[in-house]
Amino acid sequence: MQKEIIISGFGGQGVLFAGQVIAYAAMDTGKQVTWIPSYGPEMRGGTANCTVVIADHEIGSPLVKNPPLVIALNLPSFDKYEPMMQAGGTLIVNQSMVDRGAKRDDVHVIMVPCNEIAEEIGDKKLVNMVAVGALLSAVSEVTLKDIEKALEGHLPARHKHLLPKNYEALKRGYEYAQREWDKVPA
Amino acid sequence: MAKELWKGNEAIAEAAVRAGLEAYFGYPITPQTEVLEYLSRRMPELGRTFVQAESELGAINMVYGAACTGVRVMSSSSSPGMSLMMEGISYIAGTEVPAVLVNVMRGGPGLGNIAPAQGDYNQAVHGGGHGDYQPIVLAPASVQEAIDLIALSFDLAEKYRAICMLILDGCVGQMMEPAEMPEMKPIQRGNWDWATDGKMGNRKRRVLSSIYLDPIEEEKMNLRLLNRWRTIEENEVRYKEYFLDDAEIVIVGFGTAGRVALSAVREARAAGIKVGLLRPITVSPFPHKIIEQLAGRVNAFLVTEMNSGQMLEDVRLAVKGRVPVEFYGRMGGVVPFPDEILSEIHRMTKSKLSADIHPRDAWLDRMAHI
Repeated sequence: MQKEIIISGFGGQGVLFAGQVIAYAAMDTGKQVTWIPSYGPEMRGGTANCTVVIADHEIGSPLVKNPPLVIALNLPSFDKYEPMMQAGGTLIVNQSMVDRGAKRDDVHVIMVPCNEIAEEIGDKKLVNMVAVGALLSAVSEVTLKDIEKALEGHLPARHKHLLPKNYEALKRGYEYAQREWDKVPA
Repeated sequence: MAKELWKGNEAIAEAAVRAGLEAYFGYPITPQTEVLEYLSRRMPELGRTFVQAESELGAINMVYGAACTGVRVMSSSSSPGMSLMMEGISYIAGTEVPAVLVNVMRGGPGLGNIAPAQGDYNQAVHGGGHGDYQPIVLAPASVQEAIDLIALSFDLAEKYRAICMLILDGCVGQMMEPAEMPEMKPIQRGNWDWATDGKMGNRKRRVLSSIYLDPIEEEKMNLRLLNRWRTIEENEVRYKEYFLDDAEIVIVGFGTAGRVALSAVREARAAGIKVGLLRPITVSPFPHKIIEQLAGRVNAFLVTEMNSGQMLEDVRLAVKGRVPVEFYGRMGGVVPFPDEILSEIHRMTKSKLSADIHPRDAWLDRMAHI
């Protein structure tokens, strides 16, 4: 088993942390995992991304050319990764930040209004957790419960009061994506 | 101890602390800065010495001074910064004092960029500083290996009164992986008979220097270093083997290039191609013997590096022309993807390999599309 995930968006959208949460969940459930950020000369408001690889064997390349799983939190990320996706892969797009639909028909593009859902929960910063929840609808190796446990286990004590809203964001994202999958003709 | 998710650079810093690091001197440079940043907090917390020097030149000479006192001392930098340190490194080698250095390599030459690269192999392995000396050079490919090798490097440096250098690329430095830290070791200074740690009582005065004005004395020192190096070569070679038992093609790659090759090897194996991987962990001393042995039973080698084929020459020396050695490299901070190495494996199984053309020239021709 090996799963590769790229999470991409503007700096400040919680892209790197979203990847770390998945990495923690994978580690806590006994899997091998790598997390690597883009670390170019970044600037505020520029794009950021990270790659997470989960496997049950020693991981080779920590980078991936044609990812099967991508979260695109903004339009530049959607534009960049849609053409690079592995056929049959799943692309979670933050619908709140894009003004177009999918160009490819051999990739499952799941549109999720992450910003609106986060705002409904009451914290704009939860965009990343809504998207992670949505991604889990396409990943059987890491469950919603694993992510919740990872947050509980690794979030610094001073952030622990934020857990319930994070759990809600994950769940809402997951459920929204599930409904989108149900619309996909069998 | 349970596994934690560690970033390569921070893991190196904490592993050094737990191995008894007493003094760190450095200067910030990407993609290494987290080592320095982490230690700037951690060392004072423990009452140990941390100095952000005015430059890499300052840092390496502070390392030199501290090393003379026999404490566990370290510096870290990235490619251009390491170049600045070369004079001091040669002095440390010439004075025969132990020091641990870390180079988180980036794209070059010159200011280059901050992306992962392996272009400093020759500088690290085949000298860099002036004069006849050889440092021990270790090349971790994962965060756990970086932790384990830092602990080892302090032991090796002290055992052989030598420089032990870790070369990793920005990938390993910036990556997070689950890893286990060793227990915190109490600081234990060796009872060295050479350390200039203060003349007490009737002890004979000690002098440490790299000056041997009499050429005969200098030559004696050179011979001492060389004999010591022979012991190091006999005892300290380390490497990791993957799928070598029935391999017909063997890939040789270190650090990130090695682990990227592992992905390609797995894919090739799934397609029924008998390919294996040898990942040198010590690139100095170089694992000549195992490569020599493999050359007697495999059909060909493929060397993969994130440089223009620097380790390639060491592999060729070990193979001695007995089977073809091919090369695939990316440079300038470009990390190869597994499919590039996989297509090299496919090419090697399909076409007749020629020994008439140097593998670097053949590769350069294949790179014409870039």
